[in-house]
Amino acid sequence: MTIELGHYLTVAAVLFTLGVFGIFLNRKNVIIILMSVELLLLAVNINLVAFSSFLGDLVGQIFALFVLTVAAAEAAVGLAILVVFFRNRRSIAVEDINMMRG
Amino acid sequence: MILQSLFFYLFSAVTIAAAFMVISARNPVHSVLFLILAFFNSAGLFILLGAEFLAMILVVVYVGAVAVLFLFVVMMLDVDFVEMRQGFLQYLPVGALIGIILLAELIAVLAGVYIAPETAARVAEPTPPLSQMSNTEAIGSLLYTKYVFFFQMAGLVLLVAMIGAIVLTLRHKEGVKRQDVSAQVGRTRDEAIEVVKVKSRQGI
Repeated sequence: MTIELGHYLTVAAVLFTLGVFGIFLNRKNVIIILMSVELLLLAVNINLVAFSSFLGDLVGQIFALFVLTVAAAEAAVGLAILVVFFRNRRSIAVEDINMMRG
Repeated sequence: MILQSLFFYLFSAVTIAAAFMVISARNPVHSVLFLILAFFNSAGLFILLGAEFLAMILVVVYVGAVAVLFLFVVMMLDVDFVEMRQGFLQYLPVGALIGIILLAELIAVLAGVYIAPETAARVAEPTPPLSQMSNTEAIGSLLYTKYVFFFQMAGLVLLVAMIGAIVLTLRHKEGVKRQDVSAQVGRTRDEAIEVVKVKSRQGI
């Protein structure tokens, strides 16, 4: 009944799969895709912290902190781009994002 | 020990259920709220793992900043989300196929996880025992000494993201009067005042 490393890794794997699945499922809504990316990064963080805890190595938690920083920056810039795009095109559907196709 | 397992199953079950609702909810506002629920329960998992500082940071940064940012954007954009749901089932088979394959691979790799005994000797920074140092203090004493340059780089990343977000979304509306300090200071007496001699009983 004790919780091993494998339990946490399984939770992180399921979470990661749900994130990838969300990107495929919501092919039209960019906001949900950004949220799925946040789920992926959360799964990565759970993996890092689980290994850090079970190996007794603190560097994993430090690295998880940096992953958190990058995730916050990514969300801010991504949503800013989304707002600008919506202002120009009145739509956030993925199919409409083709201005750079040339 | 039994309580710990119980809470592990509770937190992980709610996290996974909330993550599933994030990608399948009809209303994006509900998606954001489920994302917040998932983050809260992962913070619980972090506490079970003994990483209190990261758990609190997760709540502060993700729930306090990122999720609220998502909520603002979802509510600000006037999008017909019902129309956006069309084609949802169209991508379901291929998405489900890829998801199942990925999950099977990940579990196949992770289920047989085995930590070699000599790994314990190669730990870079051993976690100090809780009787000596709290988790927050241990992270701080490592982050501000050995990893201080990485810490500065993280700050720079956030600075660039902040400036980028402001530059992207800032716009000057036409027809709004703004203060122009240099124009105000540069005014001379001649262009500011007009002296008019008014003759008596005539007006201007």
